[in-house]
Amino acid sequence: MKGGFRVCPTTSLRVHRQADGLIKAHAVVATVSLLIGGITGLLVLLTRWQAVHLLDAALFYRVLTIHGMSMLIFFIIFFEMAVLYFAGPVLLNSRVPAPRLGWSMFWLMLLGTVMVEWTMWTGRADVLFTSYVPLKAHPLFYLGVILFAVGTLITVAIFFGSLVVAKREGTYEGSVPLVTYGAVAAAIIAVITLLHGAAIYIPTFLWSIGIGSVDPQVYRMVWWGLGHSSQQINVAAMVAVWYLLGALTVGSVVINEKISRTAFVLYILFISMASAHHLLVDPGMGPTWKVVNTSYFMYMAVFASMIHGFTVPAGIEVGQRVRGLTKGLFEWLRRAPWGDPGFSALVFSVIIFGFVGGITGVTFGTEQINIIAHNTLRIPGHFHATVVAGTALAFMGATYYVLPLIFRKKVAFWSLAKIQPYLFAAGMLIFSVAMTFAGTFGVPRRHWDMSFSQALFDVQFSPAANLLVTVMALGGLIAALGGAIYILVTVWSVFLGQPMEGDAAYVDARSS
Amino acid sequence: MHTGVESPRGVWWKPAHKAEKVWVVLAFAWCMVLFAMMPLWHWKGGQNPSGIRARVEPEAYRARTEEFIASYQVGEEENGIPIVEPPPGSDIYLMGQMWLWTPSLRLQKDTEYTLHLSSVDVNHGFSLYPFNINFQVVPGYDYGLRVTPTEAGDFRIVCNEFCGVGHHVMVGRIEVIDPAAAAAVEGGKPLTLSAPARGEEGDR
Repeated sequence: MKGGFRVCPTTSLRVHRQADGLIKAHAVVATVSLLIGGITGLLVLLTRWQAVHLLDAALFYRVLTIHGMSMLIFFIIFFEMAVLYFAGPVLLNSRVPAPRLGWSMFWLMLLGTVMVEWTMWTGRADVLFTSYVPLKAHPLFYLGVILFAVGTLITVAIFFGSLVVAKREGTYEGSVPLVTYGAVAAAIIAVITLLHGAAIYIPTFLWSIGIGSVDPQVYRMVWWGLGHSSQQINVAAMVAVWYLLGALTVGSVVINEKISRTAFVLYILFISMASAHHLLVDPGMGPTWKVVNTSYFMYMAVFASMIHGFTVPAGIEVGQRVRGLTKGLFEWLRRAPWGDPGFSALVFSVIIFGFVGGITGVTFGTEQINIIAHNTLRIPGHFHATVVAGTALAFMGATYYVLPLIFRKKVAFWSLAKIQPYLFAAGMLIFSVAMTFAGTFGVPRRHWDMSFSQALFDVQFSPAANLLVTVMALGGLIAALGGAIYILVTVWSVFLGQPMEGDAAYVDARSS
Repeated sequence: MHTGVESPRGVWWKPAHKAEKVWVVLAFAWCMVLFAMMPLWHWKGGQNPSGIRARVEPEAYRARTEEFIASYQVGEEENGIPIVEPPPGSDIYLMGQMWLWTPSLRLQKDTEYTLHLSSVDVNHGFSLYPFNINFQVVPGYDYGLRVTPTEAGDFRIVCNEFCGVGHHVMVGRIEVIDPAAAAAVEGGKPLTLSAPARGEEGDR
């Protein structure tokens, strides 16, 4: 397998040929998954919008399953594997250890993805993202998830390997950069998550082919160790990308390594217990278990997010002031590069993640509030603010730097790219806030017909709930436009875009 | 000064700036307030999700519900679902199955009952409309909640956990009558909504 390094003319980093290739491959699959998830998301939206009510019930639940898996698993995790190859080998000027294994694992993840997508599209897995037993999918659905998880786990191991290799070969001085440190936190949480995934999907796969049984409550408990913890990979990776975007867009400063790194450690230690808040109104667990896991442990992770919510903007401010923007209180903010989609995406990601996603999430983690929020639209309202307006938007911002730095292509349609984060953030903000408020009326999530036209008894939600769902749909359409622009810009840039100038060839380390 | 993509050299375990210290202390204090509120609310609050928890085989739960229906049935809905009026203070059994809630319940205002929830097939979600009170209904587990209806009216149980392709038709009914003013409810007056039903703590 070909090796060699090029020196990036922009950042002076030594980039390994295999790191380039692996990042590109993972990013391309992530974008395809985003496209699938986006189209299915739009179909879900146009069905829940009662005035349109596009799909029939069976197709709605199928498309909702595809939307959940494509976005929350395939798009996010493929992108995160690209982040790991960037934060490890690239930022540490190092080679990719075991590149052949890396490529095999990429293909294994892709095989798992194709298996899962196939079972879903052909109607063999209408079980939604959570696939709660005893709802049963085709065995290949579970097997596909298992293969995907194995591929991910070994890719994470390669990332850990790259840290060892870089240290041993002395490719950097001092400690690893903060972004790499954050990626390590994400990778450790990924290991915890994937072990939960193995613990539940292997018995479920066996059950689906007729071996053994799976208790529905145990499934819910262990599955959420996967289902929510995977969102914590997103949080840690997103915060790492916040620091990355801060550095790339305005040269933001790490104001204190100790504080920021300790906050990442808090994520590793405490964030997985937060999964328990999914079970607050479940019959299987007692109050002590519920209170301990969702209060003490979760709030330590909340504490970590509040620290990053301070240090990221503070780092931007200090970075801007160092560059001479010192007039008054807000010159640093006023004269920030608002036309740089990387910067605007960073700012909106921090704000919407914290103020909408974070606050709603913390409140739902209380027993009493969970009673009035569980399985209503408040829940997807919350996680669209965290994982879409937060994580996905941060990743979109990072893409505008991955295109020139890794793909070595100029960003196409720059004027569209400039407004993309604004459209996407505004749309997702309207969408998730309206969705959350619609949920306060008790409008159920994952439901085909809130007019209950075929139900056994009539149910008539307040007109306000219907209005909010309409507002949600309009917000969703704006966000979908932003998402479409993102895909247009990235696909066009990668396949038809202008190459960057001043490219250095890969040079084998031995001959240099 | 360095950015997040540069390696810090030497010892980076340094005291934080005052502004950052203040923020960390404030954030930590706030998290401790949240931490204290959680058990406090559980202890002092009147509406908690903890109930009587027990394992139950789905078929045993079905038999229990059928016995409950046979004992207290007073009528039948147009769609064939039995209407049951249990005596005050008794154990009520509500059974979720694809895609029905059985039976319909007729309860008395200001009377305590123990409401048992379980499923005989897949997960279902108990969502009391229009009060918006939600519990997970898991097959194999009996979730017993102490409830006291505080408002007379005609209520619905919406299933809010995906349970297959007929999920959206799964709606049940709870009617709460005020023994003092039962006639007015029979006339179908609109609902007045105020306090939610109370589920009290009790972990036996």
